[in-house]
Amino acid sequence: MKSTGKVTGIVSNLVTVETNGPVSQNELCYVTSGDTKLMAEVIKVNGKYAAIQVFESTRGLKNGNDVEFEGRMLEATLGPGLLSSSYDGLQNDLTTMTGVFLKKGEYTKPLDEKRIWDFTPLAKAGDKVIAADWLGEVKEGWLPHKIMVPFSFKGEYTVKSVVPAGQYTINDTIAVLTDESGEEHIVTMTQKWPVKVAIKGYREKPRPNRIMETGVRVIDTLDPIAEGGTGFIPGPFGCGKTVLQHAIAKQGDAEVIVMAACGERANEVVEIFAEFPELVDPHTGRKLMERTTIVCNTSNMPVAAREASVYTAMTICEYYRAMGLKVLLLADSTSRWAQALREMSNRMEELPGADAFPVDLSATISNFYARAGMVILNNGKTGSVTFIGTVSPAGGNLKEPVTESTKKAARCFYALEQSRADKKRYPAVNPIDSYSKYLEYPEIREYLSEKVGKGWPEKVEKTKNIIRKGKEANDQINILGDDGVPMSYHEIFWKSELVDFIILQQDAFDPIDSLSPMERQEYMLNLVLDICDRDFKFEDYEECRNYFKELINLLKQMNYSEFKSDRFVKYQEELNNILNSNGK
Amino acid sequence: MANKAYQRIYTQLEAITKATVSLKAKGVSNDEMATVDGRLAQVVKTKGDLVTLQIFAGTEGIPTNAEVTFLGEPPTLKVSDELAGRFFNAYGQPIDGGPEIEGEKREIGGPSVNPYKRRQPSQLIPTGIAGIDLNNTLVSGQKIPFFADPDQPYNNVMAQVALRADVDKIILGGMGLTNDDYLYFRHEFENAGALGKIISFVNTTEQPPVERLLIPDMALTAAEYFAVDKNEKVLVLLTDMTLYADALSIVSNRMDQIPSKDSMPGSLYSDLAKVYEKAVQLPDGGSITIIAVTTLNDGDITHAIPDNTGYITEGQLFLRADPDSGKVIVDPFRSLSRLKQLVIGKQTREDHNQVMNTGVRLYADAQNAKTKLENGFDLSDYDLRCLDYAKEYATRLLAIDVNIKIDEMLDTAWELFAKYFTKAETGIKQELIDKYWPK
Repeated sequence: MKSTGKVTGIVSNLVTVETNGPVSQNELCYVTSGDTKLMAEVIKVNGKYAAIQVFESTRGLKNGNDVEFEGRMLEATLGPGLLSSSYDGLQNDLTTMTGVFLKKGEYTKPLDEKRIWDFTPLAKAGDKVIAADWLGEVKEGWLPHKIMVPFSFKGEYTVKSVVPAGQYTINDTIAVLTDESGEEHIVTMTQKWPVKVAIKGYREKPRPNRIMETGVRVIDTLDPIAEGGTGFIPGPFGCGKTVLQHAIAKQGDAEVIVMAACGERANEVVEIFAEFPELVDPHTGRKLMERTTIVCNTSNMPVAAREASVYTAMTICEYYRAMGLKVLLLADSTSRWAQALREMSNRMEELPGADAFPVDLSATISNFYARAGMVILNNGKTGSVTFIGTVSPAGGNLKEPVTESTKKAARCFYALEQSRADKKRYPAVNPIDSYSKYLEYPEIREYLSEKVGKGWPEKVEKTKNIIRKGKEANDQINILGDDGVPMSYHEIFWKSELVDFIILQQDAFDPIDSLSPMERQEYMLNLVLDICDRDFKFEDYEECRNYFKELINLLKQMNYSEFKSDRFVKYQEELNNILNSNGK
Repeated sequence: MANKAYQRIYTQLEAITKATVSLKAKGVSNDEMATVDGRLAQVVKTKGDLVTLQIFAGTEGIPTNAEVTFLGEPPTLKVSDELAGRFFNAYGQPIDGGPEIEGEKREIGGPSVNPYKRRQPSQLIPTGIAGIDLNNTLVSGQKIPFFADPDQPYNNVMAQVALRADVDKIILGGMGLTNDDYLYFRHEFENAGALGKIISFVNTTEQPPVERLLIPDMALTAAEYFAVDKNEKVLVLLTDMTLYADALSIVSNRMDQIPSKDSMPGSLYSDLAKVYEKAVQLPDGGSITIIAVTTLNDGDITHAIPDNTGYITEGQLFLRADPDSGKVIVDPFRSLSRLKQLVIGKQTREDHNQVMNTGVRLYADAQNAKTKLENGFDLSDYDLRCLDYAKEYATRLLAIDVNIKIDEMLDTAWELFAKYFTKAETGIKQELIDKYWPK
């Protein structure tokens, strides 16, 4: 028997309900308003009064309106067909909605129930299985999409039957399982899972031990993110957060990418809708959209569903991870989610923390980041969710609650800087402030030495040192003047400029430069470090500047040329000629 | 909004604050409009039988036995083609002495467009101002504010932009406009003979500040009528959004909400986004473009209002006085049009992108030279040429009083490059140099 209730108070989207039975925290309910039903979630209970946040506009709602509680939390629907889909924060399929405007109370099904899938069984009658074990698979695009024992199944089951290979829809029975008490359970290709609860169903969660290529040099070379790792990108507006995230989405070496557009501009999502079906995934040659799921709750969509959108996105990621896939979650921006939490906390008249954010903000953020990670599945295979979030610090000041809380939770920090953006040095990641904690992991260092090149971690450190020394030299030059410092200062400064222009800067809009595989990154870094190792002889600083400008120009042309193509080789020969004319 | 016969009239207020009154009432819906002592009000909170109303015109002189009537509907605007050429107050009532509008009643502040149904903006809006067209090209369906100190002529620039833009309708949402500025807009529109395509919703400084909160929703409801129902290209001008945000903070303060940064309500981002995100390119050709004004305090863009705005809008146009040229210019460093890449070189000449970047880069070199000069260092020949270039660049291209076609802007830029620099110093692609370098 489900509980019901009546509305007794309304402030914006916070509604108080007098209930007639038990309700649970985060339980879903529907509020009747005229001829529509609005979805809402319980966020606080006090005696027989429940405070609920409504995921839609509450305009027209009245005291006394009926509320029905659902006896379940907000759930994501999981199954084949998630890829290439575009959802709102509550996982309504945006593409099947009618009308130009979003209609209040219009909810659409996340998965196509009529679509036929080619099913191949992986388990057989008599097998002993537990939650998340693979029973069969279908091809979703080019990916093997595993049909699993539902995550909600507790204990051990025996497979009674699995349907033979053939064509089925997501609601057809594909297996029957018997639990320990002999009761039979039907399994279809789809299952539901509460978004705010992490999907377990794996054997262990080891430390990440390999890196995930993003194709962005300033990340991969300088501060690599681990597969199953976490990172965040804070930056003031106009510094290129979204361009950087889109670049990672286009080139990241992941099998599945989920993009959560949380409280950001609708036109940015439109850009994905327009481009991704056309762009090609450089790793597989398939269309990018085939490996991408979009969960968007843009800034003008109901605020309460913003929070739901990041959780929905994470749940979809965990689902694909359980199939042994490499998943990347990009969320833009987590600050908007934090602001949504602030709005609700404020309406509930809770005592505020710093900048009026709720006091448990830090805990909420770390719990969420903790859901990423590499896992070893029950069958010994690995899967991973790598998470990169952006943060939009108020006033560009990194000493604000969301940035500080995220810094505690994420292992990589990519600080976008206004002054680099002003100079059009993109991506505007500050190389000195940014860090990757994974570079300290012995297993990652070993991996890099083995896979990228011998002594690679040391080379990365050396590169960072060149940048630091260059900055010091530049500061001195700015204080004392070009003539007031020894020649060596100019040389040190220009060597750091060389690193800046060739390794750090990257043209996200150039078809060749935008994608830089690790092999190429290694080649270019070695080339640059080799130049930095040389000693040069210059008469004056003008000569030094002109000389390095020439080197930078040639190396830049190499960055714009197909790797090891004739053009590339030609520029390198020119470079060598110049180097041989000076330097030892 | 006449009273209906069966409506119940309440006459017992429980509480009065500067902006709100509370009373016991039944069957009231959220966001519903009401009249209190003849003044328009809106339901903002219900708690049991106790209903709190926000009174737009303020509560001065309201007695505890004031007559309260609930109107049974949220704020609405009557829309039809009759709107064109008319001036209205914040409630959508005519202030130009003309007749009431006949048309379909629509709720203001309605739902958002399904992001999947949007189209990518792709149509350039020429303004004749090179600081905009050349460096920060506008695209229909874009939302972009002017960031300007109060002493900058932002309203004049906006009026010029509006009158030169090739659009079907221009809708002015004036919030806290001085009466002088209101008359200025009216005068400009009349002079241009453009009144027929202009609709204005105006709240002047003489009127209560809380009324302003209705202006953007009124203006955008009218805009949606023309863009969605009539497939027209609509340009919405909102000035001044800083005063709108101030009104938001007044209301949230009266409702005892805990303020966040700069005494602004915690929901400022969502409140502003609700307005700006109405900008849209629709699948059937209609579009809503929003050009707004956000006044700054001494150029401070880290204040919560410009900061939140910058995160929402697709760039900003930064106006400042340039001492070297003695003109007001569109600052090329702090201005940005995020959508310009969608039209540059596609609807403009092939050299646009490179000319734009080179022009700004050389202007940046001039700034460096200026810093060197200020610090007492010797200037090189290159530095001196940069300084001369910067002055002419600011006068002939960045100044807001420029009014030329985009091709002319490009030609002017090439002329300046050739006058002050060598081909190599510009670093422009060889093919373009061959084609456009002045002979």
